[in-house]
Amino acid sequence: MTDRQQIFDSVAAQIAPFNKKGVELTEATSFAGDLEWDSLTVMDFVAAIEDEFDIIITMNMQAEIETIGQLVDAVAKLKAA
Amino acid sequence: MTDAAETATDTRTPAEVADARDLFSKFDPLIAEREALLATGVRDPFAIVMDEVKSPTQAVIKGKDTILLGTYNYMGMTFDPDVVAAGKKALDEFGAGTTGSRVLNGTYQGHKEVEDALKDFYGTSGAMVFSTGYQANLGMISTLAGKGDYVVLDADSHASIYDGCFLGDAEIVRFRHNSVEDLDKRLGRLPADAQKLVVLEGVYSMLGDVAPLPDMVAAVRKHPNCMILVDEAHGMGFFGANGRGVYEEQGVEKDVDFVVGTFSKSVGTVGGFCVSNHPKFEVLRLVCRPYVFTASLPPSVVATAATSIRKLMHAGEKRAHLWKNSQRLHKGLTDLGFKLGTETPQSAIIAVILTDQTQAVAMWQALLELGLYVNMARPPATPAGTFLLRCSLCAEHSDEQVGQIIGMFEAAGKATGAIG
Repeated sequence: MTDRQQIFDSVAAQIAPFNKKGVELTEATSFAGDLEWDSLTVMDFVAAIEDEFDIIITMNMQAEIETIGQLVDAVAKLKAA
Repeated sequence: MTDAAETATDTRTPAEVADARDLFSKFDPLIAEREALLATGVRDPFAIVMDEVKSPTQAVIKGKDTILLGTYNYMGMTFDPDVVAAGKKALDEFGAGTTGSRVLNGTYQGHKEVEDALKDFYGTSGAMVFSTGYQANLGMISTLAGKGDYVVLDADSHASIYDGCFLGDAEIVRFRHNSVEDLDKRLGRLPADAQKLVVLEGVYSMLGDVAPLPDMVAAVRKHPNCMILVDEAHGMGFFGANGRGVYEEQGVEKDVDFVVGTFSKSVGTVGGFCVSNHPKFEVLRLVCRPYVFTASLPPSVVATAATSIRKLMHAGEKRAHLWKNSQRLHKGLTDLGFKLGTETPQSAIIAVILTDQTQAVAMWQALLELGLYVNMARPPATPAGTFLLRCSLCAEHSDEQVGQIIGMFEAAGKATGAIG
């Protein structure tokens, strides 16, 4: 399994408790559009991801992240830094 | 159909073209939600008009005498005779307004006097007065933290703190509300050599809970290159031996670099400020855009603020009565079966948590019809998507009024089914 796939799987596991509608998770799944998360859910989820990977995703970065694929890319980059 | 055909032009409004969109289309869900709510016959919680204001605790709304329990007028200074007289005198002597920026023609003797009053009140070497509390946060945060710096803030921070972040160029990092561990962890993940501004609030205004400042300050001091700003908007006047705020009461004055506050709560007028002992503090007057590019406060306002601040230095009895009111209302509402934002009374704010918008509005309207005004608050302003009726007590609420307030909550709660 590639590093990227591992990150994707970890992200998917973190999404699960917030995925109330049981939306299927792909690279293109969007947080606002598909998962229909509000700003409070996003806050809780980002905190969970930060703790899972021991990284910081600043609000500036969050503004650029719309899909799961983009989040996985951001996590990979931040972990490598 | 092309996109162009679906777009309203400046000569054809959306109403004339089916499904047309313009810049207002994004507000359609909110408009629909409000229309649906108001169609049920309730009064609009966000369109109250005070026809007469009789005292810090009483107004007339639609002809009805109403007790005010949602004004943040904690110390009841709005009608203090000395405060009002100072305003009238300044209005006569200096006119209605300054028509200018603090750094150009907008600094009068009164602006210096209110800054001197703040320095005396807070025991600091520097004080800077802004036109509102909102602008004080906007200015301080956006100016202190620049490109490459970090602002670290509590997730439940007031909108003015968030907006200060968005106005500036710094990186923005949030931690979970009042979590010392979360703050510590996030600071530990940031580059050690980067400059960081940690923004905390003494009292969080939605639930009325107080920050554990000593623990938070200790966590911050484990990390290099951090400065601490505490917003005491809801703490000034009420907390601490000198009424400086929660940071004074909790004994962390030496560890706080900047205190931001407002004149629109305990002080009883309008305006904002920051106080600090930093030796270079004065330079902010030249580089802080929300300070420079706006008109200064009118002479009457700064005169009322200066008089009120000096009186608040000796307001121990008022503080004691306000605490008594807060404790009594908290106990009264708890005994009636209401769910409150805090288990114990922590501040002069008591938040009643309701299940949904319908119940919150019904309860709010029932109280208003009984003669009690409280604030209704809803997401996204509230934490965890809750619907709140927020009560803020005043030192001028009499024992009798607090008894009436509890009685009205009982009647409204039973009428709306909010309590059994």
